Amino acid sequence: MATRKKTGRRHPLASTALLLIGLVAAGGASAAVGTIANANPAPESAYSQSLTVEDGAELFRANCATCHGMNAQGTQNGTSLIGVGAASVNFQVMTGRMPMAFQGPQALKRDPMFTQEQSDAMGDWVASLAPGPERPAEEWLDTSQVSDEGLANGGVLFRINCAMCHNLAGAGGALTEGKFAPPLNGVDAAHIYEAMLTGPQNMPVFNDANIAPEQKREIIAYLRYLDDNPSVGGFDLGALGPVSEGLFIWIFGLGGLVAVTVWLTSKPN
Amino acid sequence: MSAEDQSAPREPSGHQQSVVVHDRGAAIEQSDAFENPGLPPHRPRQTDLHPHKERRAERQVVGWFLLSMLGSVLAIVAYIAVPIELGNMASVRANNLFLGLSIALALLGIGIGAMHWARQLMSSHEVVEERHLTRGSEPSRARAVEIFQLGDEESGFSRRSLIRNTLIGAIALVPLPAVVLFRDLAPAQDAVEAIAHTMWRPGMRLALDPSGALIRAADVTQGSAFHVIPEPLAEIGHNEGYLDQKALAAVLLVRVPPERLNEVPGREGWSYDGIVAYSKICTHVGCPVALYEQQTHHLLCPCHQSTFDVSNHAKVVFGPAKRPLPQLPITVDDEGYLVAQRDFTEPIGASFFERLQHVDPEHVPLSAAETENRA
Repeated sequence: MATRKKTGRRHPLASTALLLIGLVAAGGASAAVGTIANANPAPESAYSQSLTVEDGAELFRANCATCHGMNAQGTQNGTSLIGVGAASVNFQVMTGRMPMAFQGPQALKRDPMFTQEQSDAMGDWVASLAPGPERPAEEWLDTSQVSDEGLANGGVLFRINCAMCHNLAGAGGALTEGKFAPPLNGVDAAHIYEAMLTGPQNMPVFNDANIAPEQKREIIAYLRYLDDNPSVGGFDLGALGPVSEGLFIWIFGLGGLVAVTVWLTSKPN
Repeated sequence: MSAEDQSAPREPSGHQQSVVVHDRGAAIEQSDAFENPGLPPHRPRQTDLHPHKERRAERQVVGWFLLSMLGSVLAIVAYIAVPIELGNMASVRANNLFLGLSIALALLGIGIGAMHWARQLMSSHEVVEERHLTRGSEPSRARAVEIFQLGDEESGFSRRSLIRNTLIGAIALVPLPAVVLFRDLAPAQDAVEAIAHTMWRPGMRLALDPSGALIRAADVTQGSAFHVIPEPLAEIGHNEGYLDQKALAAVLLVRVPPERLNEVPGREGWSYDGIVAYSKICTHVGCPVALYEQQTHHLLCPCHQSTFDVSNHAKVVFGPAKRPLPQLPITVDDEGYLVAQRDFTEPIGASFFERLQHVDPEHVPLSAAETENRA
């Protein structure tokens, strides 16, 4: 039978299908393992009562003093925290940058190790050592108060003060020697405000004389606007501009042209 | 011997070539010569052998053309069903997406269908097309010369030299108005004068970009980066050269801790209490350098990764830039506001031919050791 003869032969798409199944299985397994590994036991119920400055000092000495010193005076492994203020503590702890996983070009963002109450207690203790920038008032984080004009102004301020490092679309970008400006999409309003106010790591400080609290709120509103209004052109390829777009067109655009040319000139069997 | 004489023997044999052999010691042995292997034997396609495969290929081609029709209709439907709503960016994206996909289907359907048709169903016999000489045959070349000579004779182009020469003169003058017109597109001002100096003047206050708010020395806390314009620039309209002036005068203002600040002799008076101001325009090709790292005091240019050390007179520590960023000498006025002492002492930005003629006598150059100590 003519049709029976086919049994010994694989379908032409069999290898592609096998490859796809393998990739999906490997990716799925990796994602599942990652989810389990990153699963965080929720500790909030145990600490729901308000913590005092003394509790903050205890937490600091247990978790931060190895590098920053018992009295936050700094050691050769970590800077002094005298005068950095509660805003700095909230940013560093609640974005997971501190405690630092390892010494490197810069601390990386990850899941926070502490609850908001624990972080606040440590922040209050650090602020009690010397005056420093305070956590922002709710008023300056409420972007619903920003008018359309303020939103446009936020865009102007963002392009003048932030876009050179963080990218026009807030997608982040590279700096020198392994340092980088992180992407800003989806970042908590308080953390954006505190980053401007305190200048974490190599980011410059933008104090209230440079960018007033109202203006900081406008910048946050603009970033929210970027979050809510994705790229008009469809896939933004990371919004990294000519690098990712060029890579895409050179590999897939020209690669596609080559493939079509090969198909056009090949002999049908 | 002229070229005609050499080719004369070819004439009787018409287009056939008679090879003139010049022995230059590089003759090829006939036995080694490459032989034309000819075409491989013709292999019939599956569609030539099996009628059912031929019918299937026919259905596939028809299918592609039908898909193309569907794409064209879908494009019209998508344009009406997914309109662009004013102020709704997501609708622009959806509109673009559906229009693009359906038009791509319409065009690719025709293209792929036609190719499939040609590959599977049209005749598959190999065809050889011989190349021909580019040079025309001798009779046609002679005829062309004849036509030219006849034209010259009848028009009197060679004979009436006055007419000919005035015609050449008229054609030569035609582009002249264009030269004058396009020349006038350039700035009325001398180009070198336009870029050799900025609008900074002695006592001009430093102001925030874009608001024009004045800056006190005490406002510039450690780690801060202020993006600065001259105070009068904030009042200039966009149609009055705002961007031209900003592209020259833009300045980055930072405070470097005293123990980190290295100042060469002659420039100690150019900073105020550790606050230094540098041009934001890269000395490589003029990109805005503003990626300031507050712990390393390095300024990175995003275009080509030139890196400048602000604590060390903005000398180049990495990248293609050749000169440090020009420093703006600053001080404070009696109200505590930061002011410029004067304009930059050298032209800012990328190099140009006349640049050295515009370096001020008061300019304090960095020594060779200062500028060449690249990391």
